[in-house]
Amino acid sequence: MPLIAKVATTASKTAAALSRAAGRGDGSVIGGWIGLKIDPDLLAHLSSGRAVALVSGTNGKTTTTRLTAAAVGVLGRVATNSFGANMPTGHTSALAKEGHTPFAVLEVDEHYLAQVIEATRPKIVALLNLSRDQLDRAKEVSMMAQLWKTALASQQHIKVVANADDPMVVWAASASPQVTWFSAGQRWLDDSFVCPESGHPIERANGDWWCTGCPLRRPRANWSVEDEGVIDPRGDWHLVKLQLPGKVNIGNAATALAVAAEFGVRPIEALPRLARVTSIAGRYAQVDRDGRNIRLLLAKNPASWLEAFDMAEQAPTLLSINARDPDGFDTSWLYDVDFAPLRNRPVLITGDRAYDLAVRLQVNQVPFRHVLSFDEALRAVPPGRLEVIANYTAFQDIRAELDRVN
Amino acid sequence: MSTESLRIVWIYPDLLSTYGDRGNLSILAHRAAARGIPVETYEVRSDQQMPTSADIYLIGGGEDGPQALAAQRLLTDGGLHRAVNQGAAVLAICAGYQLFGHSFFAKGAKCAGLGLLDISSDRGVTRAVGELRGDIDPRLGLPPLTGFENHGGRTHLGAQAAPLARVTAGVGNDGQTEGAWAGKILGTYSHGPALARNPAIADLLLRWSTGADRLAPLDDTWADRLRQERLEAASAV
Repeated sequence: MPLIAKVATTASKTAAALSRAAGRGDGSVIGGWIGLKIDPDLLAHLSSGRAVALVSGTNGKTTTTRLTAAAVGVLGRVATNSFGANMPTGHTSALAKEGHTPFAVLEVDEHYLAQVIEATRPKIVALLNLSRDQLDRAKEVSMMAQLWKTALASQQHIKVVANADDPMVVWAASASPQVTWFSAGQRWLDDSFVCPESGHPIERANGDWWCTGCPLRRPRANWSVEDEGVIDPRGDWHLVKLQLPGKVNIGNAATALAVAAEFGVRPIEALPRLARVTSIAGRYAQVDRDGRNIRLLLAKNPASWLEAFDMAEQAPTLLSINARDPDGFDTSWLYDVDFAPLRNRPVLITGDRAYDLAVRLQVNQVPFRHVLSFDEALRAVPPGRLEVIANYTAFQDIRAELDRVN
Repeated sequence: MSTESLRIVWIYPDLLSTYGDRGNLSILAHRAAARGIPVETYEVRSDQQMPTSADIYLIGGGEDGPQALAAQRLLTDGGLHRAVNQGAAVLAICAGYQLFGHSFFAKGAKCAGLGLLDISSDRGVTRAVGELRGDIDPRLGLPPLTGFENHGGRTHLGAQAAPLARVTAGVGNDGQTEGAWAGKILGTYSHGPALARNPAIADLLLRWSTGADRLAPLDDTWADRLRQERLEAASAV
């Protein structure tokens, strides 16, 4: 490693440690920011000599990265950005902090995938899904798929692990000669009714899909979810026991197993490690306070709200919505989510944009009560489980109330 | 109303439903039902024939490719033109608003629109993203418009279309005017579930299509709070 990179690495670690000690945050962004100021190629320098896997997509990337890092851990130490800081500053911090490791598993914001591929020269890239997410700022879904496709077309040596159920992902991955397909299901279909290749409608039936105007169609999956388990490429079924809730996390586990297998990890070795993962940067965390068992679920966009409803128990539920910079300023996605599954439970609402949510719930015929703080919400429900579903900054606000639970 | 119940069509949700456009259908149905007006809603996909006898037609926003495809299919189908000529009411949002005009730009090419509104659209230098507010044409008798816009288009109005509103915050058509209306057609750049913040526009569409002079008031406490908050937020920008 060049001298400048060594200096930058030390500065990065010091800044991150200071930030944590000062209680200002996880230190997962500031450290990388300082390091990259000193050595702009620091991420490339820190990546060299490591076998790197990148995980990207609209949803599930933090959880899948955590599960993949756990699985690859069978082989040796793994550096990973487990706080969800998924831009180059976060990657730089994570690699600097861990020192030399044979492996790195990095979650990558979908906008930065091309840039991070250039810097880290990954062995494997996992593509999870693409759906609408903060359209006031983010690129439209088909433009994002095009960016991925272009990035992978120029990197023919990378092994791609991609979701066969998402037409946008399949099209993006089709530029690559080496693809392992997994089937983790696609709950959200509204962003892939039109073929990104031909512009013709995409038809779906019984889990299969195909374009009506060109050869693009669902590839056969090498890995798939069945019941509470995963079928591997040899056709063997493995029971997946997780502490994380919901069917969606079985799909994330299947993806993690597929990526780890590319490094040579067998499912039977990885599964006990997946079972030990309890929560990820506060997601799925459970906190007991005043006799209430609070569980935190993060839902950032329509697809992930549907998944959160699937995970949440039939218990009083607090919904919190903000529309600050990291959330996107636009709340119209509220109408892409059907809140009807919440009709038969006490619903509380809060957050900067509680009024948007109030109007939405009224139209959706979901009774609710508006509370002005997390404490008021706690007092408003009986002892027992309180499910909390919040979007990004609202989630961080509540996590701060609970002493930054991980 | 042409039949016993109010019939609302959502045009091509498979193509034009980028951000919460379903909300307008839900809100109209909800507000009609709350007045005891029987409602039937239809989601007409782009591979289906467009019904010609519904009372209200909704068309939403979308990306360039689906927008161009939707315009082509509606021109070929012809059903929407017949419905409008028979006096149906229309709410057209963003990409759907543009394609109601004579022409619009998608993927760098000029595309033929439906020609049902006397407007034409091209590309602006910058994308208009953020809170949008305007004073609605006094002839419509409505409170100020509040919405969120996210579009790259600029729209020019001909003599047969009037601006829906004069812009007081945001961009709309060109920084001066926002949206357009003619007869019973309303078009706006307030994207997605525009009626959530503008229940009075929902009620205008219901009055047009039922022929009722006035509708029973509803409890709009939450919508009023939301409007107040967003109108103030737009002023603060």
